[in-house]
Amino acid sequence: MHARAETGASWPEEIFSILQRFEVRQVPYVPDAGHSQLIERVLGEPSMRGIALTTEEEGVALLAGAWAGGQRGALLMQSSGVGNCINMLSLVQIFRLPFFTLVTMRGEWGEFNPWQVPMGSSTQAVFELSGIKVLRASHPEEVREVVEAGASQAYNACTPTAVLLSQRLIGAKVFTK
Amino acid sequence: MSKANLLDRRAVVSQLLKDRKGAIAVGGLGASTYDIAAAGDHDRNFYLWGGMGGAVMIGLGLALAQPTLPVVVITGDGEMLMGMGSLATVGLQQPKNLSIIVLDNEAYGETGGQASHTGATADLVGVAKACGIKDTRNITTMAEIEAFASSLQDVTAGPRFANAKIDGANLERVLSSRDGTYIVNRMRGSLGHTPI
Repeated sequence: MHARAETGASWPEEIFSILQRFEVRQVPYVPDAGHSQLIERVLGEPSMRGIALTTEEEGVALLAGAWAGGQRGALLMQSSGVGNCINMLSLVQIFRLPFFTLVTMRGEWGEFNPWQVPMGSSTQAVFELSGIKVLRASHPEEVREVVEAGASQAYNACTPTAVLLSQRLIGAKVFTK
Repeated sequence: MSKANLLDRRAVVSQLLKDRKGAIAVGGLGASTYDIAAAGDHDRNFYLWGGMGGAVMIGLGLALAQPTLPVVVITGDGEMLMGMGSLATVGLQQPKNLSIIVLDNEAYGETGGQASHTGATADLVGVAKACGIKDTRNITTMAEIEAFASSLQDVTAGPRFANAKIDGANLERVLSSRDGTYIVNRMRGSLGHTPI
């Protein structure tokens, strides 16, 4: 177990390059420390629109509109936000969306905060029950491969996909007084 | 249920879409979707039959993807109340080509007419204004609807938000297609996008 690295990891940069390569244009997000580097890169990139949300389900609906309008998107959120999306995930099946989301995991691997555990424990099952394929990356060296595979099947095969970025990868959040 | 001096929802939507040109119309689930269907089917009608609370965000995604086209979200008070946070998101993004109009009958018409918050305490125009949407209006006349219909064609001055008090009478349902992949692919086709 290691503490959460706020900056400096190279895998967020690899994710950013993959989103660029797949011509992702709309990137809705609810902030998470594990996504902070990627969010900064998105907000600094003129070809992408980073869109701060008040709740994660907004992002699912936004991506439906983006796709109807001819643009690809990717939703960034943490595991607790997946529960907020459940009914709106109907749109993914109804519109057969090339839905792609990157989820930073909480409530596992050395978690300090018990309140994160229930939703973190059901995140994968919620996606699968909603008809969304789940891939997971737990080590820095596999992030590029996993995210690339996820983006490829989402955008090329219209197969809705969530990539879970393990707490083992991002580091457990340290709570100090 | 009918009260005097309230607008007829079908007349409102028909006026909004009469000279729509290339405009995209998103309809919130329930009666708003029926109203848009009643005004005439169109490749750029985006009918919702679910996803309650998502109409404004779908409109925002479309508006950002198609910045030169007017996008109008036509939805009900119950649907808008469920997605109120999306007004804060629209306020932050300031999409110039997005217009939102709520057909406010102060009730959940599709489920038996139970009272909604807008009949008592909630002020949606106040919410929109407080979220940073500068062009906001309460609409009570057809002349104001006409003015709103022409303003939504201006894709340089949005976002705008209107709340129109409408007659709560339940009208005969006019059913649009409810096949999502047809609706979305028809929209994409009309915008020049081919299937995958």
